[in-house]
Amino acid sequence: MIHNYNITQDLLNILESVMDPEIPVLNVVDLGVIRDVVVDGKDITIKLTPTYSGCPAMDVIGDDLERAFTALGYTTHIQLIMSPPWTTDWITDRGRKALEDYGIAAPLEESADKDVLLNEKKLVKCTNCGSKNTKLVSQFGSTACKAMFQCEDCLEPFDYFKCLK
Amino acid sequence: MKQPIKELNPKFLESTQNKEHLINYLLGVADNYLILGQRLGELCGHGPNLEPDIALTNISLDMLGQVRSFYQYIAQLRGDKSTEDDIAFLRKEREYKNVLLLEQPNTDFGYVIVRQFFFDVYNKMFLNALQQSADETLRALAFKGIKEASYHERFSGDWLKRLGDGTEESRSRVQEAVNDLWIYTDELFQTTTADDAMIEAGVAPDMSAFRDTYYEKVKELLTIATLDIPEVAYFQKGGKEGLHSEHMGFILTEMQYMQRAYPDSKW
Repeated sequence: MIHNYNITQDLLNILESVMDPEIPVLNVVDLGVIRDVVVDGKDITIKLTPTYSGCPAMDVIGDDLERAFTALGYTTHIQLIMSPPWTTDWITDRGRKALEDYGIAAPLEESADKDVLLNEKKLVKCTNCGSKNTKLVSQFGSTACKAMFQCEDCLEPFDYFKCLK
Repeated sequence: MKQPIKELNPKFLESTQNKEHLINYLLGVADNYLILGQRLGELCGHGPNLEPDIALTNISLDMLGQVRSFYQYIAQLRGDKSTEDDIAFLRKEREYKNVLLLEQPNTDFGYVIVRQFFFDVYNKMFLNALQQSADETLRALAFKGIKEASYHERFSGDWLKRLGDGTEESRSRVQEAVNDLWIYTDELFQTTTADDAMIEAGVAPDMSAFRDTYYEKVKELLTIATLDIPEVAYFQKGGKEGLHSEHMGFILTEMQYMQRAYPDSKW
């Protein structure tokens, strides 16, 4: 998804300063949750699509956005957009790289993701040594969006960001 | 997203009765997620080992996420000052419309898994069908929820097989759970007056059409898990009408404690 908001670079910088509280290297633009930003004088409406329905990070993201823009004198409105639902395809390339650098394997394509999570195929690349000789440790991880993996070569345990489509 | 069976007449919700029926229908759906979410939340830090502990609380979080969207929609329909929190925390026992299955206690890991599996199979079929609702909001919620529901079914189904086809001890305990919880399954397919009105309007899927498929799927997996399929002549019901088992009061006491002790408290 191409992120093209009709806002000034200054405002975009503010947007990009707001991070996912649970993955503090990924900003909300790269996470792909900002659908639209409408500026009307000192009034700003940010349209947000939640990732996982129960993700506690969403409330924090809403609050953080509000705080960031209110500090600049804006009246901030956060609007939740449920449809179409968020997918991991909306994470930008820059976001995927930030994930990998942080030690979280970025989501694979849908079919590969199924092979990995359900059929235990070895396709996820270790974020430490790059080997694909990795195994699924748990389908569920520390947050709703992740599963737990371990590299069988360098033994590094790491998170994998599950594909959501 | 699938195409709606029919589009809702924009004037549909102008009728007070239609709106009332829709709210009651939504409560029936949403309360299932709330009560199951609460039950699973009780297991946080008490799972048999780390993996299922994390999984069950992840599922609990998905349930609570689902329920928030439904309650927000109900609050919006009501158009008064009620919020998702009021709906979750300030009702009395008789006003909850969840099925009896989901309020049954976490007797042991076998019960937790069987309860989950019986619901997951239903929930996946339900959300799949709800994607064709005449109501746009419900279509969106269903589309989002089904991705999570499929993952849940996979988890509970896998564990059911593992426990059933496991040791003598695990098999006998999970069989006991199946026998005890079986009588609550039929209630999933019962409809209230509000449900019937929403089925008629194309807002709600007619789940009775899925009853046979449901039992086929459940029985198929029980067979793979080498478990016996219970034969019962009588199914328990009442939850959807607000008539709950003795467990419900205890759930609400714990769940509502903060709002009752400190009214209007916020995070």
